[in-house]
Amino acid sequence: MTQPILEAKGLSRSFGHVRALTKCDFDIYPGEVVALIGDNGAGKSTLVKALTGNLALDEGELYFQGQRVYISSPQEASALGMEVVYQDLALAPHLNPVQNMFLGRETPRKGVLGRLGFMDEKSMKEAAIRGFDELGGTVRAMDAPIGSMSGGQRQQVAIARAISWADKLVILDEPTAALGVVQTKNVLDSIQRVKAKGIAVILISHSMPHVLEVADRVQVLRLGTRVTTLKASDATVEQLVGAMTGALDKNGAAA
Amino acid sequence: MSVITPPEDVAVPDTHEGRDSVLKRLGNTQSVWILGVLLVIVAFFSIAAGGKFLSTGNFSLIAQNVAVWAVLGVGMTFVIITSGIDLSIGSVLVFSSVVAAKVMEQVGGDGWGTALIGILAALISGLAWGTINGFLVAKAKIPPLIVTLGTLSVALGLAQVITGGIDVRSVPTAMTDFNTFIKVLGIPSLPFVALIVLIIGGIVLHRTKFGRYTYAVGSNEEAARRVGVRVDRHLIRIYALSGTLAGFAATMSLAQFGTTTIAGQSLTNLNVIAAVVIGGTSIFGGEGSIFGTIVGLFIPAVLQAGFVIIGVQPFWQGVAVGSVLVAAVYVDQSRRASALRGASSTNPLRALLRRSK
Repeated sequence: MTQPILEAKGLSRSFGHVRALTKCDFDIYPGEVVALIGDNGAGKSTLVKALTGNLALDEGELYFQGQRVYISSPQEASALGMEVVYQDLALAPHLNPVQNMFLGRETPRKGVLGRLGFMDEKSMKEAAIRGFDELGGTVRAMDAPIGSMSGGQRQQVAIARAISWADKLVILDEPTAALGVVQTKNVLDSIQRVKAKGIAVILISHSMPHVLEVADRVQVLRLGTRVTTLKASDATVEQLVGAMTGALDKNGAAA
Repeated sequence: MSVITPPEDVAVPDTHEGRDSVLKRLGNTQSVWILGVLLVIVAFFSIAAGGKFLSTGNFSLIAQNVAVWAVLGVGMTFVIITSGIDLSIGSVLVFSSVVAAKVMEQVGGDGWGTALIGILAALISGLAWGTINGFLVAKAKIPPLIVTLGTLSVALGLAQVITGGIDVRSVPTAMTDFNTFIKVLGIPSLPFVALIVLIIGGIVLHRTKFGRYTYAVGSNEEAARRVGVRVDRHLIRIYALSGTLAGFAATMSLAQFGTTTIAGQSLTNLNVIAAVVIGGTSIFGGEGSIFGTIVGLFIPAVLQAGFVIIGVQPFWQGVAVGSVLVAAVYVDQSRRASALRGASSTNPLRALLRRSK
């Protein structure tokens, strides 16, 4: 863990008079799970957008594996090996898990047929099944439309899709917000499995117990800047809430 | 006797394979349901009218009535799956047939050379109208209903301007002979041309990336955009396809009637939309099949032919088709609603099959 896989230094962005990010720093190491927490409006979503090329910055620098990078579109972020799983998951409800997983990146058939737009359904299906199995496989019906599946299964499809394309970093935006107990546990298990593959995970969540359960470090945002970074193993829910609301202010920054 | 079916999650441990059969996927769709309705209608008329209904002549007639609409139906199926609509097809057909007839009149002659130039002209005309539709829908973000309502009016108006409202009859005999004299199994050749278009359309929709993106755009446009599908370009292509097929249908119509049909296509768009929707293509997008469209096309055609044969006023066809349309969409919606509630086996037909095991 010598070099951060992704590092942000002094990111700033204003929308008119509103300063969404103020000299915000962020860093994450390979194979690490970093939770990003903060109250509503603290700048979590803005930061994620800035990291993934969805938002132009007023100032600040991004480093990917130590190299200065300028990410100006989500495609560039994807090319670096980063994927975001948005809260709305961005899945097509009428398509099945395999079709969703490969949407926009279908494997063509070999030869002329492939050039005509025919797809290698068999290999896509096999790859999708491998991907779901890696995450603990709660998605089983490969032919059913996603729309008929549970929230947890949909989440897993979205995560599987992200990690099948991102080999460096996956950002999960509130992955457990709408899930029940069992499904939440599945998603948290999935995060551990992603981590075990050596992929770094940024987890945005409001749920402090979940954050402490899966994260290695917790970075707290308040008023558009990082107020503290805590080791999850040492932190308590009270500390996190304190940092979020400003009651503790920078006292916890020692960690 | 009933068998209690365990919940889906428990029932299928690790059996990813072998559940992808075409039959099963079809069984999940409304098209199978509606195929049942069609078979009931056919059975009814067969019993009521016997040999007269089941004759080659009758089926030849039905197939011919369906042929032009079938070609239009392919384009419409793609359009509706993207949750769009194309009201302009009838007018584009008229405009293209006028252009083709005028061009062939200028070229002169009765051979295939003239006919091919005419077909080309019709295709280009259809492609142009479709591209205009697509561009206005995808780039100008005008609702497809409005866009195609506009081009419906403009295309028909221009066709009337060009001809002064009088049908052009200069169709080379090569074209009209094609439908009159070339027969397969006693049925004129036009329906077979339509069948080829249907098969190609089905393959493109169900087997290629183009088809996959069509479903994706209709299912969740934003999701498609985020994974890099070029949604705008795809929509333009879809409407262009629909327009081009209307151009092709124009040449079929010329071959069938030997004249343009300026006043005869005012309800074509609605009839085709009805057929597509009856066939289970969801007006909300994301769902549909060419197979369903074929079935949906035959229901009105069979009804009409049947009513004539058993001596019922053919006007009843409208009554019957309208009722089937509303019933079909109702069934479709309740299916959708129960799917949202999370039930896995919601197709009544499947449930029925399962229960009777």
